[in-house]
Amino acid sequence: MINHEIPSPELAACEVHGMTRSSFILRGALATGALYGAGAVAPFVSAAFAQSGGGDAEILNFALTLEYLESAFYTVKGKQVGLSGQAKAYAREFGAEEEAHVSALTAAIKQLGGTPVAKPTFAFPVTNESSFLALASVLENTGVGAYNGAAPSLQSKAVLASAGSIVQTEARHAAAIDLLIGMSPTPNQGFDRPLTKTEVLAKAGPLIKTS
Amino acid sequence: MPSPATDESPPQPTGLVERLVRDDLDRKRFLKMAGTAGAASFGAFVLAACGSSKKAATTAAAPASTSSTASTSSTSDLAILNYALTLEYLETEFYNKVVKAGLFTGKVGSLIKDFGQQEMTHVEALKGAVEKLGGTPAAKPEGKFPINTASQVAGLAYTVENLGASAYLGQAPHIQNPEVLASALAIHTVEARHAATLGTLVKKPVTPDGAFAVPADMETVLQAVKPFLA
Repeated sequence: MINHEIPSPELAACEVHGMTRSSFILRGALATGALYGAGAVAPFVSAAFAQSGGGDAEILNFALTLEYLESAFYTVKGKQVGLSGQAKAYAREFGAEEEAHVSALTAAIKQLGGTPVAKPTFAFPVTNESSFLALASVLENTGVGAYNGAAPSLQSKAVLASAGSIVQTEARHAAAIDLLIGMSPTPNQGFDRPLTKTEVLAKAGPLIKTS
Repeated sequence: MPSPATDESPPQPTGLVERLVRDDLDRKRFLKMAGTAGAASFGAFVLAACGSSKKAATTAAAPASTSSTASTSSTSDLAILNYALTLEYLETEFYNKVVKAGLFTGKVGSLIKDFGQQEMTHVEALKGAVEKLGGTPAAKPEGKFPINTASQVAGLAYTVENLGASAYLGQAPHIQNPEVLASALAIHTVEARHAATLGTLVKKPVTPDGAFAVPADMETVLQAVKPFLA
């Protein structure tokens, strides 16, 4: 499976750590990306596998932190900001769903024999509906990338199924929020880019005050 | 709803999934195997389905088993990829027809066009993936879709995208190869974004399953797409 003809020089940089070097779908994605202008895919492959070890419980604890963040954002900050109309409806609905994710992840971590992280405190730099929605978009899209980036490292297929179920919901939230604020519901076009832990922390870290 | 194909022989060689849908015998075999051995039997199932066909087997499974790097896991990954490819072919054709019908203009029209183009990139990527695994990409199925009014089509698109998202979700835990999994996930959430977008257009729920999206198994999905196969 090595030494395929490489149709595009960017592919040479497309390396999967500890995996085989050929990245079939992504190779295809890159080829179509070149055809359709779908954007850069090169960082994509490495990102999906750049998660360090630590096991399923650690990955889920990282996810739990993000879900705590989203949940607090919608349910607490959403009320403080004073939303209206569709924004208010989404905050209520999505907030409840993020809370359900928190509960599910907490239970899953315990089931794996791990200790769920404590709920951190957060500081959200938003003061009105439009800044609220802009940050909601960042959080939801980051959530999608975080789950997609971590999922291939999960050992348990049952945990993977749960993570998949959650990330689909995050993607739906992201699209709805993006549409509401006039942005593309598919910011990564045909292939959602997985994010590394570092990339996720760059977005979410500044919002976390204590943990 | 068309009457289900019974004993007519298919006019020409068709893709794995289409044949599955048409061939009751294969479907029953599938159900039996899926019921007894679960998802791990996808690979075996594909082989069994090929064996039961009187026509030469041209599905992915055969070449995969002779490839030096192939394993049983890549055989089942191939079956999953070809299944996904078939669904993406149908989605692409659907959007092509919708765009041609000119039912949507402006912002919605450009979203529809974008989605169709994204489905096409999925087709290309999945085809490439099947080939890289040493398999033969499923043949493009012939689709047929009721395309009447803008609201009816948007409703159908919402249904189709929800189905696609649940189909990927249903397969993710069965994928063996981590690269294939990463890629399938990258597509999965895009289908979800499409579904949510269409939900807002037709005033249907953005998250119809609530907090936890519900997966769909292959049999359920194949039944659901049956009306869209010509």
